[in-house]
Amino acid sequence: MQLVTPGIGLLFWMLVSFSLVLFVLGKYAWKPIMKGIHQREDTIEKALEAANEAKKEMLKLKAGNEQLLRDAKDERDALMRDARKLKEAILDDARQKANEEAERIIENARENIQFEKMAAINELKNQIASISIEIAEKLIGKELENKEQQQQLTEKLLNEVKIN
Amino acid sequence: MNKMKLVRIFGMNTQLLSKINTNIALQYESRLMISKLSHTIRLQFIILALFISGFTFANVTAAETGAPQQEAGHAEKKSFDAGEMIIDHITDAHEWHILTYNHFHLSIPLPVILIDNGKLVTFCSSHFHHGTEAYNGYKLMTEGENKGKIVKVLEDGETIDTSAKIPLDFSITKNVVSLFISIILLCVVFISIGNRYKKNPDTAPKGLQSLLEPIILFVRDDIAIPGLGKNKYERFMPFLLTVFFFIFFNNLLGLIPIFPGGANLTGNIAVTMVLALFTFVITTFIGNKDYWKHIFNAPGVPWWLKFPIPLMPVVEFVGVITKPFVLMVRLFANMTAGHIILLGFMSLIFIFGSMNVAIGYGVSVFSIAFGVFMTLLELLVAFIQAYVFALLSAIYFGMATEEHGHAEEHSVEH
Repeated sequence: MQLVTPGIGLLFWMLVSFSLVLFVLGKYAWKPIMKGIHQREDTIEKALEAANEAKKEMLKLKAGNEQLLRDAKDERDALMRDARKLKEAILDDARQKANEEAERIIENARENIQFEKMAAINELKNQIASISIEIAEKLIGKELENKEQQQQLTEKLLNEVKIN
Repeated sequence: MNKMKLVRIFGMNTQLLSKINTNIALQYESRLMISKLSHTIRLQFIILALFISGFTFANVTAAETGAPQQEAGHAEKKSFDAGEMIIDHITDAHEWHILTYNHFHLSIPLPVILIDNGKLVTFCSSHFHHGTEAYNGYKLMTEGENKGKIVKVLEDGETIDTSAKIPLDFSITKNVVSLFISIILLCVVFISIGNRYKKNPDTAPKGLQSLLEPIILFVRDDIAIPGLGKNKYERFMPFLLTVFFFIFFNNLLGLIPIFPGGANLTGNIAVTMVLALFTFVITTFIGNKDYWKHIFNAPGVPWWLKFPIPLMPVVEFVGVITKPFVLMVRLFANMTAGHIILLGFMSLIFIFGSMNVAIGYGVSVFSIAFGVFMTLLELLVAFIQAYVFALLSAIYFGMATEEHGHAEEHSVEH
């Protein structure tokens, strides 16, 4: 019977002690403990989230870098292509200009030559004329005695002139 | 999931259901069919099963311990009496007995505090000389109906004053001292841990903190949250943690054979009664409208079960009372039974030893082996009982604060 009959003394002490321990632990132990655990869990969760975020960010950054590199390469290629084109164009242009200049010079030279030639011919003609006149004077002076001969000469001279 | 867990843990206990008083069984079975095995009812049934199994267990232990006591009267006074020894070990005492060698008793005397007819009387329990002498008109009974109680004696200091009322005994007994030791231990341990959380938040747990934090988390994640739900559990954490660790620590202290352990505190009905009372009072105070409606006018039950004979309300109301009663009896019976079995194994040595010393030594090998096995089992039981008490408290609180409308909506959703 003693075993299953609650004693008043122990009931009283237990009621008092347990109320006290519930209050004390509730205030000085469970509150900071639960708060601490909660806080730590929050911190860990946040840290994990941040790490995930950072990973994502890094991947994004990596992708961005690659894009940038690709863009730069493309741009460089484009620039090279343009430069090459420009070089070709310049070379072509220069060549053309040189050709034109050469042609122009040749043309000029040709014109000059023609001009000089005409001048020389005219000079030659003038000289021939004067020479002819001299010859004619001489002939007139000396050989006017022979009429036939004179005739022949005149014809001959004329022919000569025609050739010129 | 919760229910499954419960069923698993108490599988053994529920097998004892066959011992149920048939009346109660029928009553509850009919009730079971009527309520179409709704969530709460099923839970209550399990709880009832536990209660009854615990109750029968208590009866068995009472019968076991009662028998040797009667035999003790016939046996020679000097010889070893296992029943008496066991009872002495598991009940409360006014002194903390450590050992007896021939006629030398080593024990710690404890203060006696009596309220006799409104008068406060205090003296040291050593004046009783282990119950052999009367002091100041009081005597500590060592046998009979009032065994272990302090009664009044007449002027001659011998005859018991049967006409006088037994004085109210508020003595600091063995269990009270054990209680004080355990609460000091609890306070020191958990306040120091609490301070560490305060001082060094966001650091990994260390030492004692790392030992106890998983248990604290276990109480939160496997007791409070499943029982109460994620939204409500925080309010009840202080109580659940206190109850869990109080029971756990005292169960473990009870397993230590010598001072400062060894008192069968959680196996004392007064202690478990106060613990169950706390659960009952909290459940009653936090109960919402739905909770009381389910008790007095349960929805979904045919009207003829409520009127003119209020069968269902009565059954439900009995359930309200039995729930804490179950808590009280289960913890008491389990812890006491563990102590009895352990002490029984030890007693075997002396019983056989009194027949023949050689047999006594021979038996001691087996007794110690079984004793070690039982102690290990009791370590497990120490944890399980703390878990069960806290879990059931959490479930009761959860039932008292459940919002039924919401719960039904949820079940439709899933």
